[in-house]
Amino acid sequence: MSDVTFVQQSALAIFFGRLGRSTLSGMEKLGDATMLGFHALGLIFSKPWQGKHFVLQLYALGVGSLAIIVVTGAFTGMVLALQGYYTLAKFGSESLLGAGVGMSIIRELGPVLGAFMIIGRAGSSITAEIGIMRVTEQTDALEMMAVNPKRRILLPRIVAVIIAVPLLVAIFDVVGIGSGYIVGVELLGVNPGAYIAELVAKVGMHDIYGGLVKSVVFGFLIGMICSYMGYRSTPTTEGVAQATTQAVVISSVSVLIVDYILTSFYL
Amino acid sequence: MIRGDKLSKVYGTTTAVSSTDIHVRDAAITVIMGGSGSGKTTLLRLLAGLEKPTAGHIWYGDEDLCTMTDDRLYELRESMGMLFQYSALLNSLNVYDNVAFPLHEHTDLDEEVIRTMVSMKLEQVGLRGFEHLMPSELSGGMAKRVAFARAMAMDPKIVFFDEPTSGLDPISAGVISTLIRETSTKNRMTSIVVTHDVGAGLSMADNVILLWQGRIIAEGTPDEIRHSDDERVQQFLEGRPDGPIPFSRSTTSYVDDLTHKPGTVRLES
Repeated sequence: MSDVTFVQQSALAIFFGRLGRSTLSGMEKLGDATMLGFHALGLIFSKPWQGKHFVLQLYALGVGSLAIIVVTGAFTGMVLALQGYYTLAKFGSESLLGAGVGMSIIRELGPVLGAFMIIGRAGSSITAEIGIMRVTEQTDALEMMAVNPKRRILLPRIVAVIIAVPLLVAIFDVVGIGSGYIVGVELLGVNPGAYIAELVAKVGMHDIYGGLVKSVVFGFLIGMICSYMGYRSTPTTEGVAQATTQAVVISSVSVLIVDYILTSFYL
Repeated sequence: MIRGDKLSKVYGTTTAVSSTDIHVRDAAITVIMGGSGSGKTTLLRLLAGLEKPTAGHIWYGDEDLCTMTDDRLYELRESMGMLFQYSALLNSLNVYDNVAFPLHEHTDLDEEVIRTMVSMKLEQVGLRGFEHLMPSELSGGMAKRVAFARAMAMDPKIVFFDEPTSGLDPISAGVISTLIRETSTKNRMTSIVVTHDVGAGLSMADNVILLWQGRIIAEGTPDEIRHSDDERVQQFLEGRPDGPIPFSRSTTSYVDDLTHKPGTVRLES
């Protein structure tokens, strides 16, 4: 006679059981990612100094993302100018176009859209590259050559993204405002003096600092999440593909959530 | 001496290594052999510190690898080398930079000296003159020979070889086997070799360990292994499909599977 008893679980119990398990698993991963990221960042002042690798990564991730940032910034500014002009014209306030485009881009669209583009271009490549290094045992080879892969692989990438995102977002902002000027002034006939004057009058340092803080925080998030996903990916082809997709999704959602939190502080 | 005490490694529901005691002699070649899935690569990775055991301890002299600090582990690894099964060359570096990598990382030698040392290591594996090639431009055999040169770059005291001859043509496999034998003897190097190549394994070994289902089933000199009475050892050495080590891993009856699967033809007795 078996002493095992089977208990019929209600659908509600099964639902909450699954919810609990996935919450616990999510929290465990969050903790692991935080520990790994800060462990890597904690190695920044330890020898050997990784200066050459920072510069290489800054070039690969930053300069490599420049074209997509310029194109996205240009078209975002152009669309904003069109939409803004259409709305403002209803109230006879076309002269406020420069302020509208500038505020929207510097405070919100520059950091968020810039971050999305960098996630797609640089973040996914960080995850895939580190994941492939795991599949091909290159991280193990580094370990066996007494080179800490957290210092050599993770640290330069995380720091490079933290530095690259604010710089790229600044370029996005300038290109966006410039392209908004071209559409607003050259195509739609807004007074050029009014465009610039309203932009300078309404956009303050507070707005610029807000955008800067957001872009640094987004850079930190992208660097940490994408590096973690690659480093902890299952070392198979499917595992790397899945980790890359997850890195893009989780980074994008995190950027939106943190954007709301930061905006509520900086309003 | 490297020693593993009651080592176990469990992945999910699979036990790769089960309560195994292993002693690796200094300045000797220990060859770990066994069929696919017998746990030999896992055992090698445990001994190299690339995996943490689920239970048990690994001793390097009187230091426990499992409780060692990262700094101490990296310090110890400066005198180690490892040849990986699939080479594990750094993709972004060419042949020269791959072989020179440990020298650049851990020594202050002039580039000229490093260049000479890299040339010597590449000459040993017959690839001098190929320094400029990227890993993607190498055949599997060439990549393995470069990986061998890299593993030997720092003249290590302990070297781990994971399937050093698999995927190599007979000449390259012979050269690598001879190199392992010669370098180990000349440098008084402790070598731990994992292989399922019986011929190469027995020819280079000072000590042979045979694994099956994550446990050591035989240990001794190549001659002792060759003359072992254990039926499992003889089946492995002769490569016979029939014997105590089953070829098939299936746990259910083939006929049952065929006859009970929907859509298959039921056999009438």
